[in-house]
Amino acid sequence: MSRAGAHRGVPGARRPHVDETASGDLVVEARDLALRFGGVTSLDGVSLRQRRGEILAVIGPNGAGKTSLFNCLTGAYRPQEGSVTFWPRPDGPTELVGRRPHAITRLGVARTFQNIRLFPALSALENVQIGTEVRQRYGPVGAILGLPHARRAERDGVRHALSLLDLVGLSHRTHELAASLPYGEQRRLEIARALGTGPSLLLLDEPAAGTNPAEKRDLAALITRIAGTGVSVLLIEHDMRLVMSVATSVVVLNFGRVIAHGTPGEVQRDPAVIEAYLGVTDAEATDGDADVTAGPGAAGRKDAR
Amino acid sequence: MSAPPAAGPPGPTEPAGPTGPTGPTGPTGPTGPGSGAATMPLRIAGSRSDPTGSAEPTASTSLGGPGGGPARPAWHPAELFAPARLRQLGALLLVGVLAAIVTGPTGNSDKPLQAAKDSIVDVRIVLYLGLAVALWVLLVLGAQLRGALERVSAPVRAPIGAAYGRRGGPIVLNLALLAVAIVAPLVVSTAAQQSMVNDIGIYALLALGLNVVVGYAGLLDLGYIAFFAIGAYATAYFTSQTAMPWHAPFVLNPFFVFPIALVLAALAGVILGAPTLRLRGDYLAIVTLGFGEIIHLVANNADNITNGARGAFGVPHLSVDLLGIDYKWGIDPLPYYYLLLVIVIGVMIAFGRLERSRIGRSWAAIREDEIAAEATGVATLRMKLLAFAIGASVSGFAGVLFASKQFFNPQSFSLQASFFVVAVVIFGGMGSRLGVVVGAVVLQGLAFYLRDKVPPADRYIYFGAVIVIMMIFRPQGLVPSRRRRREIELAEEGIGAADSLGAAPTGGQR
Amino acid sequence: MGFLDQFWQLTIDGLMVGSLYAVIALGYTLVYGVLQLINFAHSEVFMLGSFGGLFAARALLPDDGSVPGGLASVGLVAIGLGAGAICGGLAAFTLERVAYRPLRRRSAPRLAYLISAIGASLFAVNLAGKEFGRQNVDLPDLFHNGTVFTVFGADVSTQSLVIFAVAVAMLIGLDRLVAGTRLGQGIRAVAQDADTAVLMGVNVERIIIITFVVGGLLAGAGGFLYAMTFNASYSMGFVPGVKAFTAAVLGGIGNVRGAMLGGLLLGLVESYGGYLFQASYKDVIAFLVLVAILMIRPSGLLGERLGRAA
Repeated sequence: MSRAGAHRGVPGARRPHVDETASGDLVVEARDLALRFGGVTSLDGVSLRQRRGEILAVIGPNGAGKTSLFNCLTGAYRPQEGSVTFWPRPDGPTELVGRRPHAITRLGVARTFQNIRLFPALSALENVQIGTEVRQRYGPVGAILGLPHARRAERDGVRHALSLLDLVGLSHRTHELAASLPYGEQRRLEIARALGTGPSLLLLDEPAAGTNPAEKRDLAALITRIAGTGVSVLLIEHDMRLVMSVATSVVVLNFGRVIAHGTPGEVQRDPAVIEAYLGVTDAEATDGDADVTAGPGAAGRKDAR
Repeated sequence: MSAPPAAGPPGPTEPAGPTGPTGPTGPTGPTGPGSGAATMPLRIAGSRSDPTGSAEPTASTSLGGPGGGPARPAWHPAELFAPARLRQLGALLLVGVLAAIVTGPTGNSDKPLQAAKDSIVDVRIVLYLGLAVALWVLLVLGAQLRGALERVSAPVRAPIGAAYGRRGGPIVLNLALLAVAIVAPLVVSTAAQQSMVNDIGIYALLALGLNVVVGYAGLLDLGYIAFFAIGAYATAYFTSQTAMPWHAPFVLNPFFVFPIALVLAALAGVILGAPTLRLRGDYLAIVTLGFGEIIHLVANNADNITNGARGAFGVPHLSVDLLGIDYKWGIDPLPYYYLLLVIVIGVMIAFGRLERSRIGRSWAAIREDEIAAEATGVATLRMKLLAFAIGASVSGFAGVLFASKQFFNPQSFSLQASFFVVAVVIFGGMGSRLGVVVGAVVLQGLAFYLRDKVPPADRYIYFGAVIVIMMIFRPQGLVPSRRRRREIELAEEGIGAADSLGAAPTGGQR
Repeated sequence: MGFLDQFWQLTIDGLMVGSLYAVIALGYTLVYGVLQLINFAHSEVFMLGSFGGLFAARALLPDDGSVPGGLASVGLVAIGLGAGAICGGLAAFTLERVAYRPLRRRSAPRLAYLISAIGASLFAVNLAGKEFGRQNVDLPDLFHNGTVFTVFGADVSTQSLVIFAVAVAMLIGLDRLVAGTRLGQGIRAVAQDADTAVLMGVNVERIIIITFVVGGLLAGAGGFLYAMTFNASYSMGFVPGVKAFTAAVLGGIGNVRGAMLGGLLLGLVESYGGYLFQASYKDVIAFLVLVAILMIRPSGLLGERLGRAA
């Protein structure tokens, strides 16, 4: 998975928890992101690095700036300060800030939304096809005349989409409307659609929200499987059990700042994290991972944009 | 003009939906933030998805039917005189009076109210009021009647629906329609034949083009006829040395002007659309409106370029002299009709393929959720511009046909003509290729039928009314596109969107 | 005569027309503020108000064709304004009820509103054409129109003065209404955040209808003023409508003071431009201004949002 040449010199990280010596092959690095809306500061100098193939979880109480971070990485918001460097597979580093969302997606950063945003009146297959057709080049003339390259592209798109539906376990829903799928399946369909765009970095915004324990287990397996194919996964999640079971490292945000960074185990014992979640340093909170889940962060939902 | 019973019966077929009784979107509802937020107050103020109706704080008012009436098991005659029902009757009576005025005598400004008075103080008013009352009774008994109607119509509709649903079924249906289209002009008068070319054929083509903009991309173009004018004037410029004061140094066969007009119109569309489409979608509507008016203004005033209000005379008819085929179109409308038929069918097939291609899917994605489309890598701006340009080029193409067929002057390119194309698309069913062609046939057929009965300008009263009524009762149109209908239904439940103009009004913001 | 010789006259004419644009633009801006929707049929509200005012004033004029003076003139103008406003308000109310409300009740997509408004507009224009004829209709003089005073050698006629004064009075009145009253508070609340306004107990439906009616009253009275200088006709609404919309966008749509500023500015630009270029292309200027703003500063001079800026 690690690829020589993609790595560039990275300025030293600032957080004491960070394993400074891990000079792995980076896939994305955000430096000092600041995002403000009028007087409200949503991100306040957030930096993070993710190695290729890593499953990095971003956790934090509600309003900590997790989704804002996602929106800065995907171009939905433009941060006032900071930069985001992304290493697409074969190419050198690319700056993401200032690009439009669709351009970023085409570079290889795909996302899902906190409150699922499928194309409700399209079938499951068509939803995924939109993703798999992102880099196809044929234009209106090719489509109208049914030129060979257009037909081939169309077939490839369908085949790829079908394989992704299979990957997320939705083969039986191929021709059903997205809006008619059960909730958990909609979540998985959204992941398939994102994978369709051929990302090297996949951003999942609370994929387990609203799913039952069985679905959560399937989801954990799916995320691991996706990471196994070489796609790096950046994950926002409140469900600590899921985070602990899949994440290779964890970043904790609070009030728009990174307050901790490390392996799941380290972060769980970090007093700053416990305080952020419970308001007090309580030894009890460190025991059970589920307790953190029940923190204030689990309540309510916030717009993805 | 309107008295929507829409709010009344929740409809027996209404699915329980993903909507819980507590709110429009559960805490994790799959609604976009914009649209979800936007629909909030509306739902509180009385929405379809509230199955009881009685829970609404601000229940129905005059135009809306009373919520829940038909939902009750037994119907009681006293309901006839419930305040809401009486308000409904009042509204219908007003509509009746309005209808009497619309169909009544023509007035003038010296006695401004005379015509209206003559319309109302007349025996005819009895007929209109009677109709209003009858309609009201129908609405009151609506639920019972609807059930009966379903039982009667189900056996009829089922086979058609099944035929349409089955693979190959549409082909049979389409072939039947094609046969009608081929035979129809042979059995009507010459005047009707002319109308079938100039009005129905040309407008079907225009509507197919506008359908790409309105139906596929979910945008609104109100200056659509300007591109038609560009095509027509380009034809005059390139094919004749005498039609206008300004002409090309050479003369082309009109067939060669088709690609030129196509490109010119598409170019104009891009120039107009590129700066506008970046903004809110509804700005496009007003900018195209202004553009249409400017083209009309220039055509009308530039005497030494376009020949001004007199119009362009003597644009040659279409002719082919190629590979031993030598044919000239002329005064006879029939050859034009069949040429148009071929073109219209060709465009329908072409746009069908486009709709099913990645491009059509991108448009659907943009309509349903623009943010998600963008995040899935769809270049939303470019796709919208593409739709706009394709629509414009079809309009330019139609302009060449129009100019070759007949004399034209700037009046052919008035604002009302643009609105009429919109009316055709809406009436027929936006997003539905067959629908917009049917729309052109029905509305232009209506216009043809009314030609001696109603002054030409007054026909627009009816077209205006048709547009509003369709929007209130059947926004998906006469022959809806399946996908568009689903989108509209879902959007009204707060799931996704059905156009690319941003969130639904009231509080919605992007 | 050169442009500079005419400058003050053009300025005065521009301000007069511009104040009318501003009055109409308020209708667009108010509705946009609360609904985020371009009310395409607003131009017909203006047209109907114009006819209403014109017919009312004409009905009360003496038959002998003499020009009234003194109090009679004042009364006639007031009646015309009132009748125009009432007709405009009624038209706006009907429009909201018929063309918008049924769509709102089932939360139709935005496109449906635009199309519905186009249909209503088409209906109203042509019905007016049928009822009142399709020729221009003159409003006879309601007062002796002379020069009241001169500014830098430019004449200010009674008519210009009346139009400008009434328009400015209406603008100030509306500004006070939105900024200083409980109703205005409600309007701003809905404009800022309709969801929250509902929770705060604001009756959004009521605010919406009032907003339409207020816009209609202004447009109707403005229509009467317009008929005093120009004519009335069934198709009169379109051009001032597009211009007023331009004015609203110029000032920042949804922004009340922006609409006023935009209207006056557009009136001036058009007045100067019409002199410098060909008069028959005067209407093109407004459109070019619209496109230019949309390209350069789409949020307008004073920025958007009724809630914040009013």
